[in-house]
Amino acid sequence: MSPASVFVCLSLTLLSDYPVIRVKPDNSGVVTDGVKHSMNPFCEIAVEEAVKLKEKKFIKEVVAVSCGPTQVTETIRTALAMGCDRGIHVEVSGKDYEAMGPLQIAKIFAALAKKEEASLVILGKQAIDDDCNQTGQMTAALLDWPQGTFASEVTIDGEKVKVVREIDGGLETIKISMPAVLTADLRLNTPRYATLPNIMKAKKKKIANMKPADLGVDMVSRVEVLRVDEPPTRLAGVKVETVDDLVAKLKANGTI
Amino acid sequence: QLHHRSLSSLAGLPEMHQMMRQTCRDYADRELAPIAGKLDKEHLFPAQQVRELGAMGVMAVEVPEALGGAGMDYLAYSLAVEEISRGCGSTGCVVSVNNSLYIGPILKFGTPEQKDQWITPFTTGEKVGCFALSEPGNGSDAGAASTLARQEGGEWVLNGTKAWISNCWDASATVVFATTDKSLKHKGISAFLVPMPHPGLSLGKKEDKLGIRANSTANLILEDCRIPLGNMLGPRGSGFKIAMQTLDGGRIGIASQALGIAQAALDCAVDYAHKRTAFGAPIGKLQAVQFKLADMAVAVESARLLTWKAAMLKDAKKPFTKEAAMAKLSASEAATFCGHQSIQVLGGMGYVTDMPAERHYRDARITEIYEGTSEIQRLVIAGQLLKEYVP
Repeated sequence: MSPASVFVCLSLTLLSDYPVIRVKPDNSGVVTDGVKHSMNPFCEIAVEEAVKLKEKKFIKEVVAVSCGPTQVTETIRTALAMGCDRGIHVEVSGKDYEAMGPLQIAKIFAALAKKEEASLVILGKQAIDDDCNQTGQMTAALLDWPQGTFASEVTIDGEKVKVVREIDGGLETIKISMPAVLTADLRLNTPRYATLPNIMKAKKKKIANMKPADLGVDMVSRVEVLRVDEPPTRLAGVKVETVDDLVAKLKANGTI
Repeated sequence: QLHHRSLSSLAGLPEMHQMMRQTCRDYADRELAPIAGKLDKEHLFPAQQVRELGAMGVMAVEVPEALGGAGMDYLAYSLAVEEISRGCGSTGCVVSVNNSLYIGPILKFGTPEQKDQWITPFTTGEKVGCFALSEPGNGSDAGAASTLARQEGGEWVLNGTKAWISNCWDASATVVFATTDKSLKHKGISAFLVPMPHPGLSLGKKEDKLGIRANSTANLILEDCRIPLGNMLGPRGSGFKIAMQTLDGGRIGIASQALGIAQAALDCAVDYAHKRTAFGAPIGKLQAVQFKLADMAVAVESARLLTWKAAMLKDAKKPFTKEAAMAKLSASEAATFCGHQSIQVLGGMGYVTDMPAERHYRDARITEIYEGTSEIQRLVIAGQLLKEYVP
């Protein structure tokens, strides 16, 4: 099966450099109302990689997919402006959206990938708001497809994909068969800016709408968030004059 | 399509405009803001950034796609210039001059051949253009142009000096205004297209300016500068009309540039108000600081709405001269106000180059002067008002 369509699965996240993220008064989560959301930076890298593969003529079509409330269509539209051909918006809102986690998302992506006969599914390695780093791996497992995660280099070689992965010890190169799931890491590429003419063209590209039920996915969460707390306030440090003082202080407060 | 009455729906700009604004903002934040200080200090023209902006379509926002532009409207252009200027005021000037003052008149008055030759190569960011109207002897008094153009066989021969020409040291072409029929006074001025460099055209020394220093400004000297007859832009004698109509649109561009500078100054002040502590708390808790921030925000937001209104009227092909003048006047005064107050909020830190406040203050100042001084804007507004109210 020669590469036909590539699915880029996008996440809409809270901006991590927003001045203050506040914990809700009831400690059930963080306040998301009024906080700026945008496409997850690793997903931008995933989009860029998919568009590049299309420009190099390795694949025919790039489909941008995302799950969430209406706001998510802006993210899909941005992906279209970067060069994706069409989009799919899987509508999840309200309580379902609040409870939505990597497993539910992975189920949706897996169902779509199967339905549309995708050859490659590319995601960002993790979302910068929850840092789960699970969706890509779960999607691959549900599809029983090989996975190339933390990709810093992707090369298509016939029916296979060569992936250079960033791992703790350095770089690992693997070769996997398609269809496959890849997750993008920071150094995979530098995402392009959406050009004005492409933003205009994106207006005409189609975004299909569907619900998780249409794909036979149940959104019930297996995880219950018990409590969210802010990290403890950072205490002032103490200056000492000599190394002996330092050792004495560390012994005194039980650190050593 | 926005109608000028649907201002209330501006709480949400159309999706396309929002995306465009975001992409320009991202570019300005990541590529311009980090180098703006250096560009200013070293008077460096941002050639690479201009090429990148060209590739994004920002150097020719309103130009139809068939000619190489982005094919968007003037509201989109205004948003683009504001966001770019927020990152770097000088770069915003380069974008504005190329779009409004150089491409603008050619798009409106040029023949199809002139558009191909003089617009398309200037959409990519590889080449920028400039606009030569002012002279050492006349700025506001544009009708008194003393640069002359005489016909000799199949050529026009231009003689005279133009002053304060933005972009000129980095430009590859200019729209020049010269008198073809002195007896007709301002109805005897015509517009011409001159490539740069060109025999008979030379540039004066680069002016050492207070602000927008990455943008070159100098005299443009014409000494028996010969150009083909086909280089006249628009009908003979329509130069003054072309200049005035071009400046109407240019005013929206400069208003947008001023908004960007004002917003950058405001952002700087608000950020500092969070971080700087005095009297045991962040200075943002002090009413004296709060009142300044509030006044700055109101000045910027009201100027912004005036600018958007002018742009939307232009897009709807309705008269917009008065609104454009109001936009330019209020935005430029908002920029100088915000630049000034931002330094005040920063105190001593506002006076040193470690913080961008002093650059915003210096960059803001020109917006009250070029493309029609604040005084001229007031005359334009009053003139329109008096015309509207016939007793």
